[in-house]
Amino acid sequence: MISLSLAQARAALRARQMSARELTTAYLGAIEALNPQLNAYVLVTPEVALAHADAADAALARGAARPLTGIPLAIKDLFCTKGTRTTAGSKILENFVPPYESTVTANLLRDGAVFLGKANLDEFAMGSSNMTSAFGAVANPWTRLGDNRPLVPGGSSGGSAAAVAAHLALGATATDTGGSIRQPASFCGIVGIKPTYGRCSRWGVVAFASSLDQAGPLARTVEDAAILLGSMAGHDPKDSTSANVPVPDFAAACARGVKGLRIGVPREYRSDGMPPEIEALWLQGQQWLREQGATIVDVSLPHTKYALATYYIVAPAEASSNLARYDGVRFGLRVDGGDLGELYENTRAAGFGAEVKRRVLIGTYVLSAGYYDAYNLKAQKVRALILKDFTDAFEHCDALLTPTAPSAAFGQGEKMDDPVTMYLNDVFTVPANMAGTPGLSVPAGLDAQGLPLGLQVLGRPFDEETVFAVGAALERAAGFSAVPRILAK
Amino acid sequence: MTYTIEGNTGSWEVVVGLEVHAQVITQSKLFSGAATAFGAAPNSQVSFVDAAFPGMLPVVNAEAVAQAVRTGLGLRAHINLVSRFDRKNYFYADLPSGYQISQFEKPIVGAGVIEIELADGSTKQIGVTRLHLEQDAGKSLHDQHPAKSYVDLNRSGVALMEIVSEPDIRSPEEAGAYVKKLRAILRYLGTCDGNMEEGSLRADVNVSVRKHGEPYRTRCEIKNVNSVRFVMQAVEAEAARQVDLWESGGTVQQETRLFDSARGVTRPMRSKEDAHDYRYFPDPDLLPLVLDEAWVADLASKLPELPDEKRARFIADLGLTPYDAGVLVADQAAAAYFETVAKGRDAKQAANWIMGDLFAVLNRTGHSIEDSPVPAPALGQLLDLIADSTINGKIAKSVFEAMVETGDGPEAIVAARGLRQVTDTGAIDAAVDAVLAANPDKVADYKAGKDKMFGFFVGQIMKSLAGKGNPALVNASLKQRLG
Repeated sequence: MISLSLAQARAALRARQMSARELTTAYLGAIEALNPQLNAYVLVTPEVALAHADAADAALARGAARPLTGIPLAIKDLFCTKGTRTTAGSKILENFVPPYESTVTANLLRDGAVFLGKANLDEFAMGSSNMTSAFGAVANPWTRLGDNRPLVPGGSSGGSAAAVAAHLALGATATDTGGSIRQPASFCGIVGIKPTYGRCSRWGVVAFASSLDQAGPLARTVEDAAILLGSMAGHDPKDSTSANVPVPDFAAACARGVKGLRIGVPREYRSDGMPPEIEALWLQGQQWLREQGATIVDVSLPHTKYALATYYIVAPAEASSNLARYDGVRFGLRVDGGDLGELYENTRAAGFGAEVKRRVLIGTYVLSAGYYDAYNLKAQKVRALILKDFTDAFEHCDALLTPTAPSAAFGQGEKMDDPVTMYLNDVFTVPANMAGTPGLSVPAGLDAQGLPLGLQVLGRPFDEETVFAVGAALERAAGFSAVPRILAK
Repeated sequence: MTYTIEGNTGSWEVVVGLEVHAQVITQSKLFSGAATAFGAAPNSQVSFVDAAFPGMLPVVNAEAVAQAVRTGLGLRAHINLVSRFDRKNYFYADLPSGYQISQFEKPIVGAGVIEIELADGSTKQIGVTRLHLEQDAGKSLHDQHPAKSYVDLNRSGVALMEIVSEPDIRSPEEAGAYVKKLRAILRYLGTCDGNMEEGSLRADVNVSVRKHGEPYRTRCEIKNVNSVRFVMQAVEAEAARQVDLWESGGTVQQETRLFDSARGVTRPMRSKEDAHDYRYFPDPDLLPLVLDEAWVADLASKLPELPDEKRARFIADLGLTPYDAGVLVADQAAAAYFETVAKGRDAKQAANWIMGDLFAVLNRTGHSIEDSPVPAPALGQLLDLIADSTINGKIAKSVFEAMVETGDGPEAIVAARGLRQVTDTGAIDAAVDAVLAANPDKVADYKAGKDKMFGFFVGQIMKSLAGKGNPALVNASLKQRLG
């Protein structure tokens, strides 16, 4: 039952071949069995899930099915859920129970979804390995051939990705500030899309970097991701940066095909250190699309090499300000001190982990008087150039094809010595955040060690439909059916 | 009339610029739907946005933007069709998000001007540098508990306009006149209630001194001065302090100071609070604020008449003196009262009654003109009774006092107390004859050339008529008899 895709499960529910309660119970059982090993969930909410499931069954019984009625989901613990603890993966929000529901999760509930629980993540979504969570690392359901040592699921949406890959949820919400949906999707062999900035409301999502943060789904198929995004997206007057544009039928776009499309291959994404397997998979992807009637064109995104460095100015700058509210005064952790200054210092010293502190310090530094022009102002200019790169490229093509990440999943504890090595994980995904364009990762093959690798499709702003069409074409050609060994048992 | 401070080394000029924070009149806060009413129970007007809960986002209040634009138009200022909100970052217990949303680089309103009127009748133009929108912070209460501070977030997020002047002000009087004039404009526009006691309007006063012809010297900023009188006193005290300091060989340090109104001196704020690096940057939660030119034009077309225009009209159309017009327009309610009374009547007479008798009564009884014991229509009726000779001017004064005491209308008082003027010439002639007959010696004096005895006779005659004699008829009768 839990191996069905979202689209299949939805059909089975509507045909009354199974009930939402049965499906939810099956997922709760799977979570109970595997979560102790994977730590994908920081909080499982069986009562909430069964209540949602019963409501779904009632709706199905009276023929009032909505797009997601009875579909069990994991919710990244960055989305505020009314009455359910929301931690952002941080000790500073260890006991925070929001009195409000984020717009995205409210949209999912409106459409009948079942919430299984809250998914683990890097603290405040800052990380590419899920190693920075205050609630422990997440294990990737995938392991290398003949090697049972745990690997990272990627980050920051590592818990969401691991839950979907290990069949502990049919889909999950995630967020992507600098690759945090697409890189874990690639590492865990699933599909993830970061839609256009402004497509999903940020209201009620704990902020990391406001100008980059964007919610999106993780799912097992491109169509499933399209169905989920259709429910998550939409204009929200409570978010001034939410775009007032209609939400098209993303799922229908998956069947469009790529005949006649021009697919750009940006030459700057060919890095010297790229593993041959990834290079080969990228070429294979181009071939798959060519075979389905697309034209491959060479394009240039000349400022790509500055994107990551610029990102590590913009994102920490905004984060340093966004995280100032965690001060121990009104909610969350408080560690008292002799005066207000000590209260702040004690609370934030105890409440934030090392990576969060590092980024708050970087952000404070680059915003300081005397450094603002050199760092932040320059970064804004580079950002404008990166956006122009994409605008220019999309004059010559309809979508771009690149690898999602420069490597497959790595071991827990690897790349931890030098933050810059960790940051390099996001080299292919960050430009889309800087430009606000949509990006999708689709599993396309396994490396020699049996680990999944993803390809990334980037599209024009608010043209997720073409992105889904290209992603679905790759999915059909790749025929990726491998599952982690943890499920084969 | 130049204001100078005479020091031991010569005379010093005072240079003042003001930053006025004016609370915008709106139903809800600048970026949230929470209410803004003054005096509510602590923390009863706080949304999750105001308390900076995780994931909460600001949405700009369109009415606050309209109010800022109206104010800009009222200050004859440039309206910036594209402006931007920035974050000003600092930690404090009553600043929940750790940053104040303000406008740093691109304010909504650019350069404008305020014309002030001075006691000697002269006027002066004071430049306005800019006006920007920003959020107020909450309030820290340090006196509620021996060891703890309390925080009230009712004000957190309330919309403020910061209106910055050029350093064009040269005396305490000008500083006071500037605040008064700005407050009058804001009240006319209905964009700020100008209530300094409730903190709706407060001024940061920047003061420096210099010898004539010198470039500016270092200034000090006196924070949060909350009355016109204190603004004037603060300028005077701070300028004197700086002159003393320079003349004793010292140097003025740029710093933030507070005005101690009890002692009449300024003193430094703790330097710790002065060492902020605010790390301004554009607020990524908000898009640039883009105004439609037609919308601005529409607001401009609906602006009320402002003090300067009203004053000019009172002088040109109603024949008031510049001084009287200035006094009446300084308070919108007084101007409105005056216009009600003056409509279809003698405007000069109306102004005299309001500025004399009415203001005296308001002062004495502690009423504002809005809740005057004599409403404007009633005062108008009183003037009508004078104009149609029902009563004379002297009786009118006593009718007015009766109106204050009883709240009755003038006609009722005149009727009830039998104050109707005596216009029966027979009765008047008889009263004149009686007075002349009783004072033959005075009549002889008058005829010998003592003209001022005429007034004595009028007084006696009026007395015998209980004050109600028609003065013109009494005069005519008396003149005729005295030949």
